[in-house]
Amino acid sequence: MDRVAEFSIDDRDDGGRVLALSGPYLISSVAQIEDGIYAVEGPVARIDLSDVSEIDTVGAWIACDLAREHDAEITGASERAQRLMDAVCGMESDAETSAPREPLGQRIFHSWSQKIYGARHGTRGVIGFLGALILAAGSVIRHPSRFRGKALVRQLELVGVKALPIVGLMSFLIGIVIAQQGAVQLQQFGAETLTVNLVGRITLRELGVLMTAIMVAGRSGSAFAAQLGTMKLTEEVDAMRTIGIAPMEALVIPRILAAILMMPLLGFYASVMAIIGGAAVSDLMLGIPFWNFLQRIQEVVPPYDLYVGLIKAPVFGLIVALAGCYNGMQVEGDSEQVGSRTTMAVVTGIFAVIVLDAFFAVFFTRVGWA
Amino acid sequence: MAENAETQNERVGRHERFRGDYPIVVEGLVNRFGEQTIHDGLDLKVRRGEILGVVGGSGTGKSVLMRSIIGLQPPTEGSIKVFGRSITDADPDEALGIRDRWGVLFQGGALFSTLTVGENVEVPLKQFYPDLSPELMHDIARYKVLLSGLPEEAVNKFPSELSGGMKKRAGLARALSLDPELLFLDEPTAGLDPIGAAAFDQLTLQLKKALGLTVFLITHDLDSLHEICDRVAVLADKKVIAVDTVPNLMELDHEWIQEYFNGPRGRAALTAQALDELRQHMDQPIAAQTIKALDNPRPKKDKT
Repeated sequence: MDRVAEFSIDDRDDGGRVLALSGPYLISSVAQIEDGIYAVEGPVARIDLSDVSEIDTVGAWIACDLAREHDAEITGASERAQRLMDAVCGMESDAETSAPREPLGQRIFHSWSQKIYGARHGTRGVIGFLGALILAAGSVIRHPSRFRGKALVRQLELVGVKALPIVGLMSFLIGIVIAQQGAVQLQQFGAETLTVNLVGRITLRELGVLMTAIMVAGRSGSAFAAQLGTMKLTEEVDAMRTIGIAPMEALVIPRILAAILMMPLLGFYASVMAIIGGAAVSDLMLGIPFWNFLQRIQEVVPPYDLYVGLIKAPVFGLIVALAGCYNGMQVEGDSEQVGSRTTMAVVTGIFAVIVLDAFFAVFFTRVGWA
Repeated sequence: MAENAETQNERVGRHERFRGDYPIVVEGLVNRFGEQTIHDGLDLKVRRGEILGVVGGSGTGKSVLMRSIIGLQPPTEGSIKVFGRSITDADPDEALGIRDRWGVLFQGGALFSTLTVGENVEVPLKQFYPDLSPELMHDIARYKVLLSGLPEEAVNKFPSELSGGMKKRAGLARALSLDPELLFLDEPTAGLDPIGAAAFDQLTLQLKKALGLTVFLITHDLDSLHEICDRVAVLADKKVIAVDTVPNLMELDHEWIQEYFNGPRGRAALTAQALDELRQHMDQPIAAQTIKALDNPRPKKDKT
């Protein structure tokens, strides 16, 4: 039964040339004969299917296609073959199966011009979102009873408390790396005691808060975008509106407030953990005792380093939460958008934080907190 | 010896259509998720060439049953044979030998969103028969799309550009791309408007007749059950409690079945069907009407 599909051309007395197909004409068996059978030169008067043992729509399609090409007549079709041919013949079409593609140059040009043109929606969207947020904040301030305390506490837990382990571990390791790498360089000048200054100032001023902001963007900014996006897709947001709950008040404000409130705490905690990491390494590598390290920190780090960090932290929190909530609320259409919007929330959040950090660095140096 | 010959007969060769009586045989199926038992000793045989409707309340495991049969959900216990080959303990190569003989239409269509409809249909072709020439593959993809009742322009559209009903049809085209003998449809008419649903039912029926398919149809649609199903399997109490034609099922004394078929919606579907039949003969004299009704009985009646 496992014969292969074959074909032969006979010259018969009764009516010109006959293309006789034999064996199974199935999707699994036609690949070997496909090239040969289409290369048959005409004229062919009849296509004989009487020796075909098995046939499916692909076989029927080929028979029809050949008959059309050679203007031939099909004979000897079994009842099943006839049924299949009735179903698929006349279904020829020359529609392209792939999506139309433009030449590469045009595609690049188009995609860029679309990005630039589409940016105006983005700008308007951001401004609109900020406006709606300020309005919602205003109405919550005027009617404090509308404020969602429970939602805020829940978000405080998710953004802050649940992040403690990972932020702590990350900062501890960063402290270790700074102390260890710094010590190696400073040893060349015999100034390894300055490791204390290095660790203390860089973590409190810059890295503690910056790394925490990046972590919060990855943990919470993405979660905001994904949660709000999914809620928009499942029409939960619309349901809220019809009940008379403003999504801005119920969903966005608690999240943004939580990020603003938790960022300074997390940032300070991260700096402390980094200093502890640095102290541990200094104890082991440089022979500076652990407690001496901590005491020296108080002497060499000016208090405004702490202020710099604590002033930046809530701003970073605001930026990260805004990016998350804005992108979440922009989700429309299909679930694919949830993914792309979440990515965008994290990327824009981290990017904006780093750009702002550069401005802050220049600003604080100018005002004398160097 | 006799049994051996029978199993030999029921197994299919590469180029051979399945000749046995029951392409799907489920015996003693048990599906358990943690504490929850979905199926407990479920038996089901699907006859070759029939449209078997599967009904049951929400949570009775209709989809789990389908997923078990197509090998997506390894059962806790029991045996499932498709085309005489065991799904449950087949080695992967054997299982692959079955996979190109069935087509599955998932509830949402499950089209690959980055590919056009035509490319979607070509995916199984490329996977199983990479030797086919691209031209023939395009031809096959195009006629399958037309066969599923989509317009020609739909071939190079992306799934996101299609309506719900068109997505289902595109999913059907992909399910049919390998010329399967067995077609699994998971609630194909759910979410379609009545006209679209009726058209899809007719399409299923036509394709079954033209291509000689065996169809495993999960549905909630009472109209589909009345119109196109040869037999209906009822899932309840973690088992298949009955497999029979709709009229026979309606006689059974089971609470759920009675509520299902003789409830307000069940009766409405029945009335609608009767009215449909009447309407078809309205403009003819009574004699011709009777003769015609006798000559062309509705498909589900002559099978009883």
